[in-house]
Amino acid sequence: MFKKITNSLLIGSLLAVSSSIFAADITGAGASFPAPVYSKWAEEYKKETKNNVNYASIGSSGGIKQIREKTVDFGATDAPLKGDDLEKNGMIQFPAIIGGVVPVVNLAGFKPGQLRLDGETVALIFAGDISNWNDAKLAALNPGVKLPDQAITVVTRSDGSGTTAVFTDYLSKASKMWAEKVGSGATVKWPAVSTVGGKGNEGVSANVTRVKGSIGYVEYAYAKINNMTSLQLKNLDGKFVSASLDTFKAAAAGANWAGTPGMGISMTQQPGANSWPIAAASFILMYKDPANKEKSTEAIKFFTWAFKAGDPIAAALDYVPLPDPVVDYIAKNVWSQIK
Amino acid sequence: MENMMSETDVSKGIKLSPEMSKIIRKQRLQDFIFHKVTLTFASLVLVVLAGIIISLIITSWPTFAKYGPGFFFRNEWDVVNSEFGGLDSIYGTLVTAFIALLIAVPVSFGISVFLTEMCPSWLKRPLGTAVELLAAVPSIIYGMFGLFVFAPVFGEYVQPFLTSTLGQLPVIGILFKGAPNGIGLLTAALILAFMIIPFITSVMRDVFEIVPPVLKEAAYGIGCTTWEVVTRVVLPYTRTGVVGGIMLGLGRALGETMAVTFVIGNAHRISPSLFSPGSSIASTLANEFGEAEPGLHYSSLFALGLTLFIITLFVLALAKWMLINMEKNQGSKN
Repeated sequence: MFKKITNSLLIGSLLAVSSSIFAADITGAGASFPAPVYSKWAEEYKKETKNNVNYASIGSSGGIKQIREKTVDFGATDAPLKGDDLEKNGMIQFPAIIGGVVPVVNLAGFKPGQLRLDGETVALIFAGDISNWNDAKLAALNPGVKLPDQAITVVTRSDGSGTTAVFTDYLSKASKMWAEKVGSGATVKWPAVSTVGGKGNEGVSANVTRVKGSIGYVEYAYAKINNMTSLQLKNLDGKFVSASLDTFKAAAAGANWAGTPGMGISMTQQPGANSWPIAAASFILMYKDPANKEKSTEAIKFFTWAFKAGDPIAAALDYVPLPDPVVDYIAKNVWSQIK
Repeated sequence: MENMMSETDVSKGIKLSPEMSKIIRKQRLQDFIFHKVTLTFASLVLVVLAGIIISLIITSWPTFAKYGPGFFFRNEWDVVNSEFGGLDSIYGTLVTAFIALLIAVPVSFGISVFLTEMCPSWLKRPLGTAVELLAAVPSIIYGMFGLFVFAPVFGEYVQPFLTSTLGQLPVIGILFKGAPNGIGLLTAALILAFMIIPFITSVMRDVFEIVPPVLKEAAYGIGCTTWEVVTRVVLPYTRTGVVGGIMLGLGRALGETMAVTFVIGNAHRISPSLFSPGSSIASTLANEFGEAEPGLHYSSLFALGLTLFIITLFVLALAKWMLINMEKNQGSKN
């Protein structure tokens, strides 16, 4: 009898020890757009705290599915869940990182930022209604620039992706025609006859670099690394801006985070003279009443560390860290909801 | 039990010592277990196959409930407005696989005839190994090669050439017109041909090699040319294997995913030109599964998977039927 008790005590203490070891091993899954920065944060976090954060880049809908099935400690998605959806599932949502989508072209002799377009013309190009670079509408936006007589090839993402969702969200806001004819989503029916689909950001950038007279859209980091010819876009305030970390920051500053349930705002077409019109935040999903409280606390610890010490890493990878007031707001109003 | 056994053994007029019958019993038991174990393994294949079919049918049911068999003939794929049809993907799959076979079969035939009939022996081994190595290259490599190396050259030089030559012909000219982007149905078909040539070649070479030398020597002896030996002796003798090899290649061409996704252009559209981007069933699945929300989109993707399954089944059945017909006609020919 005595032996039995000591045995069970021994097993119990072993379990306690092992669970405290595994408690620091947290897993997350979801969006691929922020995956580089989450992985780098996890790497640095492990160096400092010995705690493991495993992030699986499986796509936004995958992230939502996994957190619903409670197989991960946090889910990540580019398209935010709606307020009542969060309420129904007992989840909280907060932004973790900001980035931008950039239209890129392949036009001989053009420097990055030389060509200027507005939302309406970008929508017309992607709809196939403007099919040559010498179109009068493009010329009107670019006085003094000689546009070539060249057919336009539209290059899109063929795989369902958050990047497409953000880009088509922008087109829907900027053009009534697009909103009615195509709409927005991770996969849409591209209307232009010349459309060529590439898989992933690398597929799009490979096609744009290769096909003369093409236009596509990629994440900012890809455009920068591959030295692609990006455009200037006219923002909501009517100013022409180039894509850069500064103009993404300006878009984030203008956003009304607190006013939207689940902080799930779309960051396209934000007001501000210096705002890039196609900025986007990526979101984290967690449970208010998590099944495994220790792991949930560890996950919050990780994001607390990342928001405080992770800014240089994010900037080095061409992402924009959250502004400090937003971080404060998350800590005070969102994380406090977790039991 | 022991008595019965020794009785039957006795009835055959063989007298067995108790040790012997013990050994026999043991061996019978071993055989019994071995039989059951292998049977279990074999039936696993059936269980898995049935499981796949059933789960495909269940998950794709919402789509077929909405469109019926019309799903196969609807040329529409609009995720935002939830309208789906499989025609463009089915078209892309069949066209790319057909063109790939059109190129790969004669080339593979040539390679294997050269390897078995005409190749100097010092070249035979390295060439044979090279074919086998090509068959082992992962498909993603072919995809990367296709997108980054083959497509630029193809779009810059080959496509304009095709447009100015074949594109000028009546009727088939329309197949070779359009923007020379370097990617599209034709590029996908060519990459597929690259991929299946080693498969078909290695099967053909293996079956050509099992033709008894005496048959070939007899044919050569009465003055046949190599061509006559190959068409009149080798091919009739190895028919089953050759058709099998072609079907293996076709199966791979129909289901190939990554390489095709890279170079087919991924547009849900049917256009007459082979230069224009399209999509195949496998490329659609690879592109859209990751971000498909549960609902009609999800079940339509499964419906496409089921379609691919049916196409493959149909191809296999056709091959079998062809073989049976050949056997039947064999006697009447002479």
